[in-house]
Amino acid sequence: MDYVIEMLNITKDFPGIRANDNVTLQVKKGEIHALLGENGAGKSTLMSILFGLYQPDSGVIKIKGQEVKITDPNVANEYKIGMVHQHFKLVHNFSVTENIILGLEPKKTFGRVDITYAAKKVQDLSNKYSLKVNPYDLIHDISVGMQQRVEILKMLYRDAEILIFDEPTAVLTPQEIDELMEIMRNFVNEGKSIIIITHKLKEIKKVADRCTVLRKGKYIDTVDVKNTSEEELARLMVGRDVIFKVDKAPFKPGKMVLEINNLKRTDKVNLSKSLDVEHLELREGEILGLAGIEGNGQTEFIQVLTGLKELESGEILFLGQDISNLSIREKSALGIAHIPEDRHKHGLILDFTLEDNIALQEYYKSPFSNNGILDRGYMKQYAKDIIKRFDVRSGKGELTLTRSMSGGNQQKAIVGREVARNPKLLIAVQPTRGLDVGAIEFIHSELIKARDEGRAVLLVSLELDELLNLSDQIAVMYEGKIVGSLSSEDADENKIGLLMSGGNNVGK
Amino acid sequence: MENKHKSARERFIHYFSDESNRRKLAPYISILFGLLAGLILMLLIGQDPIKGYINILNGSIFKGLFEGNFRRLGGTLAIATVLTFTGLSVAFAFKTGLFNIGVGGQMLFGGFIVVLLGNVLTLPKPVHLLVIVLAAAIGGALWALVPGILKARYRISEVVTTIMMNYVAMWTVSYFVRRWIPGHYETESSMIKESASLKFELLTDLFSGSAINLSIILAGLVVVFIWYILEKTTFGYELKAVGFNPDASKYAGMKVNRNILYSMIISGAIAGLAGASYYAGYTNHVKLGVVPNFGFDGIAVALLGLNSPFGVVLSALLFGVLRTGGEYLNAMTSIPKELVDIIVGLIIYFAAATLLIQFMLTKLIKKMKKNDEKHIEEKVVE
Ligand SMILES: Nc1ncnc2c1ncn2[C@@H]1O[C@H](COP(=O)(O)OP(=O)(O)OP(=O)(O)O)[C@@H](O)[C@H]1O
Ligand SMILES: [Mg+2]
Repeated sequence: MDYVIEMLNITKDFPGIRANDNVTLQVKKGEIHALLGENGAGKSTLMSILFGLYQPDSGVIKIKGQEVKITDPNVANEYKIGMVHQHFKLVHNFSVTENIILGLEPKKTFGRVDITYAAKKVQDLSNKYSLKVNPYDLIHDISVGMQQRVEILKMLYRDAEILIFDEPTAVLTPQEIDELMEIMRNFVNEGKSIIIITHKLKEIKKVADRCTVLRKGKYIDTVDVKNTSEEELARLMVGRDVIFKVDKAPFKPGKMVLEINNLKRTDKVNLSKSLDVEHLELREGEILGLAGIEGNGQTEFIQVLTGLKELESGEILFLGQDISNLSIREKSALGIAHIPEDRHKHGLILDFTLEDNIALQEYYKSPFSNNGILDRGYMKQYAKDIIKRFDVRSGKGELTLTRSMSGGNQQKAIVGREVARNPKLLIAVQPTRGLDVGAIEFIHSELIKARDEGRAVLLVSLELDELLNLSDQIAVMYEGKIVGSLSSEDADENKIGLLMSGGNNVGK
Repeated sequence: MENKHKSARERFIHYFSDESNRRKLAPYISILFGLLAGLILMLLIGQDPIKGYINILNGSIFKGLFEGNFRRLGGTLAIATVLTFTGLSVAFAFKTGLFNIGVGGQMLFGGFIVVLLGNVLTLPKPVHLLVIVLAAAIGGALWALVPGILKARYRISEVVTTIMMNYVAMWTVSYFVRRWIPGHYETESSMIKESASLKFELLTDLFSGSAINLSIILAGLVVVFIWYILEKTTFGYELKAVGFNPDASKYAGMKVNRNILYSMIISGAIAGLAGASYYAGYTNHVKLGVVPNFGFDGIAVALLGLNSPFGVVLSALLFGVLRTGGEYLNAMTSIPKELVDIIVGLIIYFAAATLLIQFMLTKLIKKMKKNDEKHIEEKVVE
């Protein structure tokens, strides 16, 4: 069998941790090869090595049987390797075309950049693979899904034959995911090869031919996806059985925790993000799911609720008290915790240690500090407890800079920080984005536990499965309005899907 | 692997495999490279580099030291004190996410207030000193306030506004000195009163009449104080958080704009203290039409000190040695003063390139590891 890519016995050390330990990955031409592993298993590291961002400490890389040294991404380009990173690398005030040709600009006379030529080429590529990208759009005007396609076009523009996708579906809506799968199939039909990292076993089953599993930096196995069930995949990856269905106690709602009336906010730039929420309520011991297609005002709604954005008018009652004019700090002190949507922008101070990040919401009060003096001893011990309880994996424990942690473990640290505060109201926005199935299972059980203890949970998620599994009540947001609300018994994928697309109003 | 039997080489590799260790060592290598570059330079213009460096050390520390004359050392410490303040001012701003390159102007304005009050007030010495030191801090803070507000409210880059304020300070000071406290010469203010001078007889005598003064004690206190604020208090925690990530700080309920303003004001206040140290401890008057060099040197001091308060002290001492030793070198040999400036400049240059040096270390370690692997393989083959 001839492989296009062979990574043989790759080992890579970071301070305090062996990210890849004698890992082997062999990719056939024209296949979609999935890379599966827990958070921190070393998937991104392995792909960064293939793309020339890191050098392996030992091991060999072969392309079409030839041993090669990929010293930097330019070399990777020459070998026709392209990569879409977990976090995109685009210049936001540049156009699509300008981003794509960056570093490879076609020239006219006097060294002027030939934008029209480049834009045409981009348009052709976009048409060929039905990516529906407009070459002249500015990046900050287009959706995350479209931005990803720009990243894909960047690879195509450079004639990449081997395409690496690092968690491409984490940021996409279900429909965008389907389209991406279709695009990927087109690529392999053309003879390109794809390596995809994803935590979603369904997607692997749907699109991948073979799957290589890593666990704690070590190579476990490579399997044919056709002959392997989701459960088996999960077991290979975690090393134990994973329970997909969550058990919860019967729904016993208590006092009203959150009640929202006539909340309004106009977004001058993007009208579809304006908010007009007539009524929404959430009680103790209840998980309220907020469903909706990305970009229908959920982000803004949560930001208004938590105080990150100002509201125009309306009433937000928390345990009977109007909190619409309180500061973020005051709301947090009342017992509202918030797992933010964007972990790098809001959730973490990447240049702080894990210890400092875990104290981020409570550093100012006892026992984290007394009279303005930090109690380092307590902070350290507290961080250690969270790390242990939430299984946050990193090189140097509480002293690790969060920047160097894997995406999923950063997320676990945030979830840990917020859940451990035992809030009265927990606002969880995409709490399991980028987590492995084992970690998802755990976070879900923590959310259920919070609910069963009588806390109120507002869960925002793009994943219908997650919402249907956890929620007692599901509200659907469409263009800034709550267009329907269903109890978990009544809800199913179809009804919610219809509401999400602005279909018609059912429920109340 | 047993720890005891590791060779020096293995230990070397192990130590530098950790990025934070590479970071820690980089400044020393910077200094070494800078000194080496100076050595080559002296060779090139036909001077004896050994003699050159001995002269620098003599001029800054050792001349007369063993005969009980501490004058040289005292002078160096006085300069190092000023540099500690300016370096700390820059480092504090850096640590809290601001690039304050207007330390020179803030120092000048703080110093101007000191000289003004040192001229016009008549007070008993302890009170007078307390007043001018406080006034210096306030003066420096005031000068940083404008860039601080512009940054906090309108997100205007402090890099531009602070440096502009340097020139505003220069001309403002010139104008008011000429009106209120003109000196003997057109280009100077008049001298401050004895009661406002930070010179302290006991200290001056101890160091054989050198420029060393009470501000050295103040510097020590301020360094410890700033370290304490940054590492041990919730206030410092907030300032750093806002510097690294304003969005996440807002999410955590911090008052972002207020913290930016505080950072700028504190940085300015430390710069103002540099003014007290220099103008009330060293020169006792203000020169007109110049922004003191200490401001820009402070940037280098901070870089070389890795922005840590104690690191700043060490690197200020080094810069003090080079500055005062350089003057002596110039006086004693035919090596021109410019050359001394170039050597100092080279060290600064290498200090700024600490990142490059970290990178080089990384490469070196990799190479050594590769070699080791080869050896092992060869052994296996044998
Ligand atoms: N630049 C770095 N410096 C230090 N440690 C690092 C660095 N990059 C990754 N690591 C560590 O290496 C391990 C593997 O990280 P990696 O990002 O490859 O995980 P991953 O499998 O992609 O996980 P996830 O699913 O959470 O994205 C983690 O424990 C991480 O803390
Ligand atoms: Mg990853």
